[in-house]
Amino acid sequence: MTTTTLAVLVPLLPFLGAVAGLLLGRVAPGFVRPLAVLPTLAAAAFAIAVAVRQGGGDGNGKAPLEAATQLTPTGSVPIDLALYIDGFAALVAVLVGVVASCVQIYSTGYLRGDARYPSYAALVSLFTSAMLLVVYSGDLMVLLVGWEIMGICSYFLVGHYWETSEARAASLKAFLVTKLGDVPFLIGLFALASDAGTFRITGVLKTVADGGLDHPTLIALLLLAGVAGKSAQFPLHTWLPDAMAGPTPVSALIHAATMVAAGIYFVARLLPVFAASAAALVVLAVMAAITMVGSALAALAQDDIKRVLAYSTIGQLGYMSGALAVGDRGAAVFHLIAHGAFKALLFLGAGVIIHAAGTNSLAAMSRMRGLSQRIPDAYWTVTVALLALAAIPPFAGFFSKESVLVAAEHTALGESGGAAPGAAGWTVLIAGLLTALLTAAYAARLWLLTFRGRGSEVPDYGKQPLSMNAVLWVLAIPSIGLGLAIGYLPGWFDGHSLAPNLTTSVLGTGIALVGGLITYGCWRHTSALAARNPIGAVVPHPDTEPALAEREAIEIHTQVYGSIAGAPDPADPARLLLGPLHRHAAAGFHLDAVYHRLFVRPVLAAAQLVRFLDREVVDTYVRGAGTGTGWLGAAVRRAQTGNVQTYLSALLAGSVVLAIAAVLVAAGA
Amino acid sequence: MSLAAHGFLSPSGVEIAFLLVGLVTFGAALVTVTTKQLVHAALWLVVTLGGLAVEYLLLTAEFIAWVQVLIYLGSVVVLLLFGLMLTKAPVGRSPDADSGNRPVALAVAVAAAVSLVWVVVDAFRTTWIDLDGPAQGSTEVTGHFLFRNWVLPFEALSVLLLAALVGAIVLSRKRATATRNSRSGKEQR
Amino acid sequence: MHLAYPAVLAALLFCTGLYGVLARRNAILVLMSVELMLNAVNLNLVAFDVWLRDTLHAGQALTLFVIAIAAAEIGIGLAIVLMVYRNRGTSDIDRLRDTAEGADTPGGAGPDATGAAPAQKAEATA
Repeated sequence: MTTTTLAVLVPLLPFLGAVAGLLLGRVAPGFVRPLAVLPTLAAAAFAIAVAVRQGGGDGNGKAPLEAATQLTPTGSVPIDLALYIDGFAALVAVLVGVVASCVQIYSTGYLRGDARYPSYAALVSLFTSAMLLVVYSGDLMVLLVGWEIMGICSYFLVGHYWETSEARAASLKAFLVTKLGDVPFLIGLFALASDAGTFRITGVLKTVADGGLDHPTLIALLLLAGVAGKSAQFPLHTWLPDAMAGPTPVSALIHAATMVAAGIYFVARLLPVFAASAAALVVLAVMAAITMVGSALAALAQDDIKRVLAYSTIGQLGYMSGALAVGDRGAAVFHLIAHGAFKALLFLGAGVIIHAAGTNSLAAMSRMRGLSQRIPDAYWTVTVALLALAAIPPFAGFFSKESVLVAAEHTALGESGGAAPGAAGWTVLIAGLLTALLTAAYAARLWLLTFRGRGSEVPDYGKQPLSMNAVLWVLAIPSIGLGLAIGYLPGWFDGHSLAPNLTTSVLGTGIALVGGLITYGCWRHTSALAARNPIGAVVPHPDTEPALAEREAIEIHTQVYGSIAGAPDPADPARLLLGPLHRHAAAGFHLDAVYHRLFVRPVLAAAQLVRFLDREVVDTYVRGAGTGTGWLGAAVRRAQTGNVQTYLSALLAGSVVLAIAAVLVAAGA
Repeated sequence: MSLAAHGFLSPSGVEIAFLLVGLVTFGAALVTVTTKQLVHAALWLVVTLGGLAVEYLLLTAEFIAWVQVLIYLGSVVVLLLFGLMLTKAPVGRSPDADSGNRPVALAVAVAAAVSLVWVVVDAFRTTWIDLDGPAQGSTEVTGHFLFRNWVLPFEALSVLLLAALVGAIVLSRKRATATRNSRSGKEQR
Repeated sequence: MHLAYPAVLAALLFCTGLYGVLARRNAILVLMSVELMLNAVNLNLVAFDVWLRDTLHAGQALTLFVIAIAAAEIGIGLAIVLMVYRNRGTSDIDRLRDTAEGADTPGGAGPDATGAAPAQKAEATA
């Protein structure tokens, strides 16, 4: 098979798997699991093969693979089915394939008794296929198709537990917020295509290189709105924490490898377009900085383990945006890949933890003893992933985050010679260091509260399935070892060195250690309080299958604590760390409330108005038509007496009137 | 035949006779449709129809006048009287001879009369019928045109009369036969 | 003779008949009024025939036909009235309201119901 054929098969196989799964889901339940896992695994293998064949280990990279075919003429700006595989595409596709395979295998254990597993697995396959299409596509319109399919799949998957109101609200929110970004994104794509005269990425990049772009700032800002929606960047990030209402594997898929990565990947792919406008880069840098710091603070205050991870995802995506803002897409994609590995691991581990503990509340977990002995696999792998998240050497997160910080430092000091302004560099650098402190703090808090709880023994709900534990170890490998690739990776990317330099690594690691130690100190101080304040939200049926337990945990969290995000736990070290800020951070800095005021209420008021107009005004006409006809009918009915003489009188009177009229007309009167 | 020759203010003898008989006829017709006594209405109808027969005579249509007398006065009125008797019409004044539709009927009739009379007078103010010369409706003339020109309709009319005869018999005998049939059915049982 | 005289007389007779048809309650009186109208038409036909001196004498011929048809009509009409009277016990026009809507117009159906009862009985025996 040629590389092109392989590359075409990569997005096609999961798609076919999804179609087959949907068709056979009810007819042949035995085929559902193979149909879910095998195509995704094959796609991952093919993606690796494409990467190996295409890969540029020689320092400069081979010429990108390009292939295009035009199905039908589409007017002035042609739309092609095009492939464009450079080093970024090849590596991101490998990440997507591997994570999606892990998620599919994990799901066979996690949702083993779920009645809706066939449609769930098919949707995950479709989701994977769409992301792979986005990654490989060389045409912006085809990319948009994958982009939108991901949007609708995320809606369905987040709403998998649609029996709970949280899941329904979250799925709607995810859909609407991402669509809110997609509208300007679409306009931006059209503007870009009309400036460049083509939807092909190569053509666009060529136009940019020739300086043929007429409105770079406008286009870049419009595209950034879509990227902010998909990649959960500051003002449009609010859907992502709520999307935790979905099953854990879906969270892992959405927040590690596919949906949120699409925005970053899109910017990385079209970075020259954004680099053509310094203003857009500054906006991106500010956006990234706000996102990073704000989400890290919010993560520190969350009580739901998955919401901590969700906010941490937002923060890590902020790092990637920051790297893009300083013009280093190699660092951004490197962090994307490393983060994809350890965040998928964290989410999948969290699924195991929630099942084993019977709760998703950190406050409740901190009052349980021996969770680490109960699930040793999850304990060790999650520990590794948290170390990677906190950027402790020698784990993968350290190297990728350092590459971001190094790029920011270069730009700040004006050494990079790129287009990015120094202000952007400083913004990203300072925010990045601050976030490193906070990241270490919330990672430490998560670890301490989860695995170092004190109190009664964790009840035994049975062993976790092998499919779930094995996946954790598979993902632990890149989380530990991806840092070794820094000498090898620049050849795949633009050729910038990704190696950490001494200043930033000492600074970053030191800050991270400080953050972790402070949290530990606070925890030592507060954990004594835990015994005096019994609190907990444990599910009533912990020994059911994991997905069911998680669904109950999400429902119960709101019932027990009155909030989906925070818990009134005085033993939480975050209270001590954040002080008065804790309340606001737990609520995500009230951004939802602001949106509620700004958008939801006016829309509701407008809906009320429309309802009023419809009910009182439009319906009046409709009812009036009916009533008028009824009255007319009643009036006419009164004439139908059955008395023939009356009828005849009317007839003859009419004839007389007509005759007189005819005579008058004839007489010319 | 000029207007001056035949003014309305200098009527001929025939005209005076026609007018007088016409007044009687019209008056009798009015009584026919307004009287409270049903049998009297039939009798006043006789006067009306007889007056019309005289008018036909004055218009030199002798044969039609006699037919009028024979058929209308002779048979139709008798039939009507029989009908009144068979339906047990009250003899004497019956206060409900007129229906509630009377005001409407009056309005329609007056409106129609006014408009018709106005149109007719307006149209035939000066038209003059020349009644001199041979009678136009003598029996001989009638026989001529009827059996020379109108034979086929005349014969067709006889079929119609036959059909009416049969129909009337069937209608009035139906119930009697029905009762007899049912009675015989009961006897058989 | 002026044509206006017979024409006006015919018009007045016709309208008298019209009034009778519309105002009379007894069906036989209505038939009488119809006869009046027919006769008014006959008078018109004869008058115009005489005035026009028609060689075919269509007016007079038609008058004869109308008289014959009127005779047939009165025969059939009376037969129908008799049947109605036998079935319903009345020959009042304004009590024969079967074409009106039934249940919810008590004014129209009320007298009918009582009037129709013997008729239905008669049908049942038949």
